[in-house]
Amino acid sequence: MGCNCGCVCVDANAEKLSEVIEKYKNTEGALIPVLHEAQEIYGYLPLSVQKAVAEGLDISLAEVYGVVTFYTQFSLNPKGKYKIQVCLGTACYVKGAGDIYDKLKAALNLNDGDCTEDGLFSVEACRCIGACGLAPVIMVNDDVFGRLTVDDIDGIIKQYKDKEIE
Amino acid sequence: MQIYRSHILVCGGTGCTASKSLEIISELESHINANSLQNEVKVVKTGCFGLCEKGPILVIYPEGATYVTVAPSDVKEIVEEHLVKGRIVKRLLPKDAKLAEVVTSLDKVDFFARQMRIALRNCGVINPEVIDEYIACDGYKALGKVLTEMKPADVIAEIKKSGLRGRGGGGFPTGVKWELASKPVADQKYVCCNADEGDPGAFMDRSVLEGDPHSVIEAMAIAGYAIGASQGYIYIRAEYPIAVERLQIAIKQAKEYGLLGKNIFDSDFSFDLELRLGAGAFVCGEETALMTSIEGKRGEPRPRPPFPANEGLWRKPTVLNNVETYANIPSIINNGADWFASIGTEKSKGTKVFAIGGKINNTGLVEIPMGTTLREVVYDIGGGIPNGKKFKAAQTGGPSGGCIPAQLIDTPIDYDTLIQLGSMMGSGGLIVMDEDNCMVDIAKFFLEFTVDESCGKCPPCRIGTKRMYEILERITEGKGEESDIEKLEILAKNIKASALCGLGQTAPNPILSTLKYFRDEYDAHIKDKKCPAGVCKSLLKFVIDADKCKGCSLCQRKCPTNAISGEIKKPYVIDQDKCIKCGACMDACKFKAIEKKA
Repeated sequence: MGCNCGCVCVDANAEKLSEVIEKYKNTEGALIPVLHEAQEIYGYLPLSVQKAVAEGLDISLAEVYGVVTFYTQFSLNPKGKYKIQVCLGTACYVKGAGDIYDKLKAALNLNDGDCTEDGLFSVEACRCIGACGLAPVIMVNDDVFGRLTVDDIDGIIKQYKDKEIE
Repeated sequence: MQIYRSHILVCGGTGCTASKSLEIISELESHINANSLQNEVKVVKTGCFGLCEKGPILVIYPEGATYVTVAPSDVKEIVEEHLVKGRIVKRLLPKDAKLAEVVTSLDKVDFFARQMRIALRNCGVINPEVIDEYIACDGYKALGKVLTEMKPADVIAEIKKSGLRGRGGGGFPTGVKWELASKPVADQKYVCCNADEGDPGAFMDRSVLEGDPHSVIEAMAIAGYAIGASQGYIYIRAEYPIAVERLQIAIKQAKEYGLLGKNIFDSDFSFDLELRLGAGAFVCGEETALMTSIEGKRGEPRPRPPFPANEGLWRKPTVLNNVETYANIPSIINNGADWFASIGTEKSKGTKVFAIGGKINNTGLVEIPMGTTLREVVYDIGGGIPNGKKFKAAQTGGPSGGCIPAQLIDTPIDYDTLIQLGSMMGSGGLIVMDEDNCMVDIAKFFLEFTVDESCGKCPPCRIGTKRMYEILERITEGKGEESDIEKLEILAKNIKASALCGLGQTAPNPILSTLKYFRDEYDAHIKDKKCPAGVCKSLLKFVIDADKCKGCSLCQRKCPTNAISGEIKKPYVIDQDKCIKCGACMDACKFKAIEKKA
């Protein structure tokens, strides 16, 4: 598959993608499940992947792009190796999640959805991960950090940076 | 079947998993093995107990000893003391603030004593990944009864008689909905389950699916029989990985047991279920948008009529109910409509699950009879407000709802009283706010959410919510004008009247209800340029307390606009004209000498 996204799209991924498309080809309403699995394979959904999905399911690229951009789970940009999600659900918000979110963006010098230049971190707001008892909460990939204050943020970032140095 | 002398139930819900309950389970197993107790003690991973604040929670039967805030390092002591020597580990028991004594059983804690569990009946009791445990708790008995003893019309009549209303927000009578969908003649009908719980701060549907997935599957099959559908879809948030996994396991087990598939209970009735993952769009909680999303398209709502009961998923007659609504169905069939109708208030029957969060001591999940007052929920069950702060308001219904202020705390909670107050039941998120929360800021928070989540199909919602948000932003920045409130009211009225779907029509509610009860806060922001709660940054002043300042100069060095000046070892001062209120100085100060003032 021709790749214009500048990342490493090896053929193994293309093969996996066509297996996924094959699996769902005869399912009604297949597009969203296919995009979920495609994003799992590639980490995000660049135009080249969307084209492959459109061809595979025999629908227009416009329809695929329309769906990808409609749903927040689908991303057009690569995410960091450590994807930081800040819960901005109401329970977290009234307990100060907004300040934590600002602090994270400032500490990493990022905007929402962007990725640091070294590809390590991306920060995004999310709606309620359901750990309201631990509010305010952030998730770094699958790790949950709860009952946070603004002062905890630098330590958490450092923890992951140290991991990289090791 | 092997008999064990002790069972340890460990919460495996999302909240407790986030605080290492899975690690606790593996620690338990290794210590149990080390003490050769594996044939005497069984560890069961259950769904949510509800008291998320004190998680991770584990309960040891037959004693009923409940251990709270357990760490993996406590496990060795629990095994050696409790299981080997039979001595309860007192330091890990919950301490009930009122009784000021150690209690050994959950039922005796105020948090649980006032609850009545119907939808959550099996959560925290059974292992959701084992169908036999569900069957042992009367699981699939209702489906059996319906298929062997009742006609579809009888089922509908029973549900109508019970008075059950939709638990997802609107409160439409469930029996009537089923009846409408049962009437049209079609080659195919569908039963859908709305598990796209998008209301931020609400997690009851997730807990039901994590703790008792079979109850939803059973109820959907019953609905299928009632309306004549053979296919069901559960539309679930992709953000709920544990719930998705348990549903997949449950569907597979139900198929293996012949409780899903062809000729269930040797009847002519066949029913199959499929899972569909959402992709993070709040609007997909709206019924027509949800169906459009299952069809693989952009999840935009459709105009009604035609109603889903006639033309729903793939233009076929469809019933869509929410998770909690379904979770009530098996109990209604088993215990009878009269039993269910005896609980609750005149027009709101049964119980409602609430996710209580925010400024409250016992964050968690509670199920209460309809008509329970907000005071009981906040003070008796919720344990009151932390740090001795004052209760200001409770928000229900999420972005579609509104606030109930302190003066109305004795309101009994049911569908109709909440609507009268300008809020709504919603799916059951209940966020408590104290004196430190600014109500204008809360309204802005919900509007930001609505602007972000508006699907863009109809202009009143797409443009109108944005305009309202901009006005609120202005007000919180101290640039509000007196005419702004009137503008907000006009916009709200028109959006309510003209938006296409329920989400747009209810989007102005957070503004209208805060305006109704907290007009003084709006006025303070607009006229006095002050935020009484001290939340809106632009309206605050950062001030250095001369008594606490040691003159270390750290704040001066951190200040991005050089607004701070002073001499070493003497108190520093902030020049208010230069200050951009970023708060960097406050974060930097080691002596807590910098304060925010309204």
